[in-house]
Amino acid sequence: MFAHPALERSRVQRRLLEAPKRVGVGVRDLYELYPDLEVDVEAEQAALAAHDIIIFQHPFYWYSAPALVKQWQDLVLTHGWAYGTGGDALEGKLTFNVLSAGGEEAVYRPGGYNRFPVVELLRPFEQTAHLCGMRWLPPFVVHGTTQLEDASLDGHVEAYVRLLEALRDDRLDLAAARRSGGLHRKLSTLISSGAS
Amino acid sequence: MHDDHLFMQAFVYLAAAVVAVPVAKRLGLGSVLGYLMAGMLIGPYGLGLVGEEGKDVLHFAEFGVVMMLFVVGLELEPSLLWRMRTPVLGMGGLQVLFSAILGGGLGLVLGLPWQEALAIGLVLSLSSTAIVLQTLQEKGLMSTAAGRGSFAILLFQDIAVIPMLALFPLLALHAPEALPDAHEAGVMAGLPGWAQGLALLCAVSAVVLGGRFLMRPTFRWVARTGLRELFVALVLLLVIGIALLMDLVGLSPALGTFVAGVVLAESEYRHELESDIEPFKGLLLGLFFIAVGASVDFPLVAEEPGTIAGLVGLLVLVKLAVLFAVGRIFRLSLDQNLLMSFALAQGGEFAFVLFSFAVRAGVLEASTSAPLVAAVALSMALTPLLLVFFDRVVRPRVGTREAERSYDAPEEASVIIAGFGRFGQICSRLLEAEGVHATILEADSDQVDLLRKFGRKVFYGDASRLDLLHAAGAEQARLLVLAVDRSDKTKEIVQTVQRHFPDLPIMARASGRNEAYDLVSMGVQHVYRETFDSALRMGTDALVLLGSRAHRAHRAGARFRRQDEALVRELAGLRGQQDFVDIVRRRTKDVEQILKRDLEGAPVEGAGWDASPLRGDPALTPLESVESSASPSE
Repeated sequence: MFAHPALERSRVQRRLLEAPKRVGVGVRDLYELYPDLEVDVEAEQAALAAHDIIIFQHPFYWYSAPALVKQWQDLVLTHGWAYGTGGDALEGKLTFNVLSAGGEEAVYRPGGYNRFPVVELLRPFEQTAHLCGMRWLPPFVVHGTTQLEDASLDGHVEAYVRLLEALRDDRLDLAAARRSGGLHRKLSTLISSGAS
Repeated sequence: MHDDHLFMQAFVYLAAAVVAVPVAKRLGLGSVLGYLMAGMLIGPYGLGLVGEEGKDVLHFAEFGVVMMLFVVGLELEPSLLWRMRTPVLGMGGLQVLFSAILGGGLGLVLGLPWQEALAIGLVLSLSSTAIVLQTLQEKGLMSTAAGRGSFAILLFQDIAVIPMLALFPLLALHAPEALPDAHEAGVMAGLPGWAQGLALLCAVSAVVLGGRFLMRPTFRWVARTGLRELFVALVLLLVIGIALLMDLVGLSPALGTFVAGVVLAESEYRHELESDIEPFKGLLLGLFFIAVGASVDFPLVAEEPGTIAGLVGLLVLVKLAVLFAVGRIFRLSLDQNLLMSFALAQGGEFAFVLFSFAVRAGVLEASTSAPLVAAVALSMALTPLLLVFFDRVVRPRVGTREAERSYDAPEEASVIIAGFGRFGQICSRLLEAEGVHATILEADSDQVDLLRKFGRKVFYGDASRLDLLHAAGAEQARLLVLAVDRSDKTKEIVQTVQRHFPDLPIMARASGRNEAYDLVSMGVQHVYRETFDSALRMGTDALVLLGSRAHRAHRAGARFRRQDEALVRELAGLRGQQDFVDIVRRRTKDVEQILKRDLEGAPVEGAGWDASPLRGDPALTPLESVESSASPSE
């Protein structure tokens, strides 16, 4: 699930979007599909049902996602389908966020400029996943996007590719990943080398 | 009997063209070479189907060159021409200067008096506008650096003919054979110099001012009759009139019509003029090339094959060297420079005129000029072959790769909007605001006129005509916005475009449902019913005024649109079935039912905003006595 209302102005998200395309992961570009925010609930629910891993890739606007992601959640995650009685459509699926954030990781901490770690700020996503019976992982974050050099951006794209490949081949250590505080941290330690 | 003869001649010329040109094109030699070969074949020294009158035909067919320069002018707006002043004066000037010096110098070495040598050098500095432009246009090379350079040089040469005509009588060595300016300068010859200058100035001003202020109302007046042939007649009248006027004051008709073309380049009738005159221009140019082919004096060539071959070789080599040097000075890249040099390495059609003038003015002996005329004609015939040689042998060695050349982007806009009424205007204003400049075609001359008053750039013409679509750049365009208000016209244009430009995506305006069905089943991907969106907005606003929450009304409208558009697509496929009317009635009712259910409080979409089903759901019963904060919907 990709959301960026002004992709033409985003260097980082445009590059990050290369990763799923390279690995062959399907991308639903929400602002391209629903420029008027009129989300097609049936189509979205069908897409969710057909996949095991749901990634939300978006910029970290105001400590959350662009508005369409919220609209999408409000409309697509319906009672009796995603949660509540009979709401088991998403049960057991894996979900996490891929974020780009202007600030460095150091400012997302108590006493820092942004006061809370990114994982804390993502509690609504975590709880949404929980209510829907999904397995939640901490986010993959690209920090400091305003000063990011092209070379280090390449590194982030490569890391994202490795993460997606590991997920596809079932090589990601999910328990360690859950404790990691962020999938971008020490990614190589979370991926087992041999195919399982 | 006279008529029979005329028809017989026309038959021979047309047949030769129809046979030879496709063969030449098939062989990759270009149409010019085809015409030239046709001319040699039917000429007095070939099959002898046309005889001495070939000379008259040549004179008549020079009118094709005149028309070509008119069309060239039409494509050159004055601002563009002004930007070209450096290449025209610089490249053109240097080219003529160097050629005259080198050619004249060779003449001196060969023992000619300096006057003769200078005259020959000047005449041979000219290249063939007709052959070069036709060939470059056919290859789509006009917007490349070589194409622009060639054009600049040719333009300067065409202008330079005038001072040459004035200069030659001063170089006279012998008593003139006849009054040299009896033909060329027309009735003006008897007048004193200042009066001639004044007349010249008046004629040019008449063309410029007339084109600016007089022609537009005239075009409009004629266009309003709606008779296309009358418009064609007007265009021909204009070109012939200017040619006659220029002849009268001793200017080159080609130059005069070129100026008229430039003046009219800013007019809304530009594309229409271009496409109307195109067939005449093409045929007359073809006739001209045939006449050049027929005029090659093969017996003379056979008499002195060595001399003629030497002259042709020398002419081509000298021109190649001069052009290459000029290109170097103006920093053309190697392959562009070579292309320009090869393209322009021949004698020009004005050489025929100038040589005969020089003989009559007593500058040259007829015996000197005859082999030169033959050499010029042969060098012209050689040009397409030289370009084939360049394409197949030279370019692969020095050339730029194809991919890079594609950056010489076509100058036409990438979007064409056909129909600029109430509908097309809104669309175009949005595009314009986002920096997309469309080429606009409108068939109603009054409308064109009105819009021009508001400063819009609108062209007059009927977009269902293939030639107009060509002129508007449909080959390169990325999108055609069809905003014409007559549905039969719309379908006609769709058919034309689908047949001739299958890769051009079409967005089409439909007046109503039935037209939308037609367009969808014709394969148009993007169809817009002209009143649908406004009606939908009105319905939405009506709901709001009746007390509905604005967002709910908006969603109802959006949903209606989705359903109805899907319905149109579905039903378009079922057209032609016998019970079509029944199907339509039934399906329309289905859609209304769904909408009604939605409005009656069982929304299929937007259910996530509805908290009522959460009440009493055992799965959501709070574990502790906390308020049901688990619901994402409250």
